[in-house]
Amino acid sequence: MSVITAVGNVATESCHLNGANNCGFPAPSADIFFLEPYATLNIFGMDFTISKAVILVVLVATVVIAFFMSAFRSPKLIPGKLQGLGEIGYTFVRDQIAREVIGKEGDKFVPFLTSLFFFVWISNLMGVVPGAQFPIMSSLAFPVALTLIVYFTYMFLGFKHQGTKFITDAAFPPGVPKAMYILLTPLELLQLFVTRPVTQSIRLFANMFAGHLLITTFTVGAWYLLSPSIIGILGSATSFGVTVVLTGFEMFIQGLQAFIFTLLAAVYIGGSLHGEH
Amino acid sequence: MIHILASAAEQQNILRVPLDELIIGTVAFGIVFFALAKFAFPAISKTLEERADAIEGGLRRAEDSQAEAAALLDQYRAQLAEARTEAANIRAQAQAEKNSMIETAKSEAAAAAAVVTERAQAQMEAERAQALTSLRRDVSDLALTLAGKVVGETLTDDARARATVDRFIADLEAQAANK
Repeated sequence: MSVITAVGNVATESCHLNGANNCGFPAPSADIFFLEPYATLNIFGMDFTISKAVILVVLVATVVIAFFMSAFRSPKLIPGKLQGLGEIGYTFVRDQIAREVIGKEGDKFVPFLTSLFFFVWISNLMGVVPGAQFPIMSSLAFPVALTLIVYFTYMFLGFKHQGTKFITDAAFPPGVPKAMYILLTPLELLQLFVTRPVTQSIRLFANMFAGHLLITTFTVGAWYLLSPSIIGILGSATSFGVTVVLTGFEMFIQGLQAFIFTLLAAVYIGGSLHGEH
Repeated sequence: MIHILASAAEQQNILRVPLDELIIGTVAFGIVFFALAKFAFPAISKTLEERADAIEGGLRRAEDSQAEAAALLDQYRAQLAEARTEAANIRAQAQAEKNSMIETAKSEAAAAAAVVTERAQAQMEAERAQALTSLRRDVSDLALTLAGKVVGETLTDDARARATVDRFIADLEAQAANK
């Protein structure tokens, strides 16, 4: 759907190599990430643009809630298939992220981290789900929204557990020669307040953006090269094959980026609880 | 739309963060988190703990019953060994008794046999002596009868004649003995 839209945005839909209209390769650009607004809702005097990304984010929230609610509605000691599946996801975040990074105290943050992981992962997965085919996290606003939630969470926890030491320990790391503070203090403060949230959101955004652009390029390529000639058939088939392989690779990246985003959140929360140095 | 990062001149910027999308994203995640943290995760957390307890309890019970079984096995083995020793003792005793009984029976039988043999020998001796006496008389009678026939008169009841014959026989015996 997004692919057709993309092609439609750039050129006519029947644009082929050596075609009648003699058009060049309609390479997809960043334009494919600017979704046409379906409607505008005015809530409390503010305009909310309803685009595909917004519809998908509502869908993702619904799917994640529905899955875990039905899986864990009446949990049994001997789990059924759905509960077993939900438990795999829950214990994965608990054992691989919360306990691994934060330790025993991490159990308190398992609900937050599990929600975060599955919200990000299913949002990413929308990039390859037929019909959706738009990774929500390739719209920077959504990674930024999640990063801000994580940011305020670990800032709050840092002040709650360490008080002002949370900032002073970060700015003046103990066990470092005093002269080094000239160099270290600005960097450490920049790291705590700016670099962490910016990199955390940009990393997720850029991965989803690039992956989606790459898949779209090869999909459009397969369509463009499709023409009654040897180059047309071979080129189109190759491009399609690459699209399939890239889609598989992209699914791996989607899971990995969701994992990294959640892992970083856990690392920052753990640092706020214990102090880093 | 209100743009935070994108400049006003550059509306179509991929780094734009529209405030409405930011709010929608925050609210969507907030709803997911609160719904799951309230209605889904507490139940499963409790169940996972219960399961861990059940498994640990099961393991402990299994260990206990295994230890019990091992103790029981040791006890049985000890009893078996005891029973075997006892059986061996009983067998040895029985063997000894049997042997002594056989010995007693043998010696009794030998004694009885000796008595019987002795008696039989004595009887045989007596019978032989009797037979010898009777034979001697018969021989002397025969000799007298023969001599009487030769002499022409009867010497049967003659004591002297008998004594002569007897002496003759005794001489014969002495000669036989001397040879």
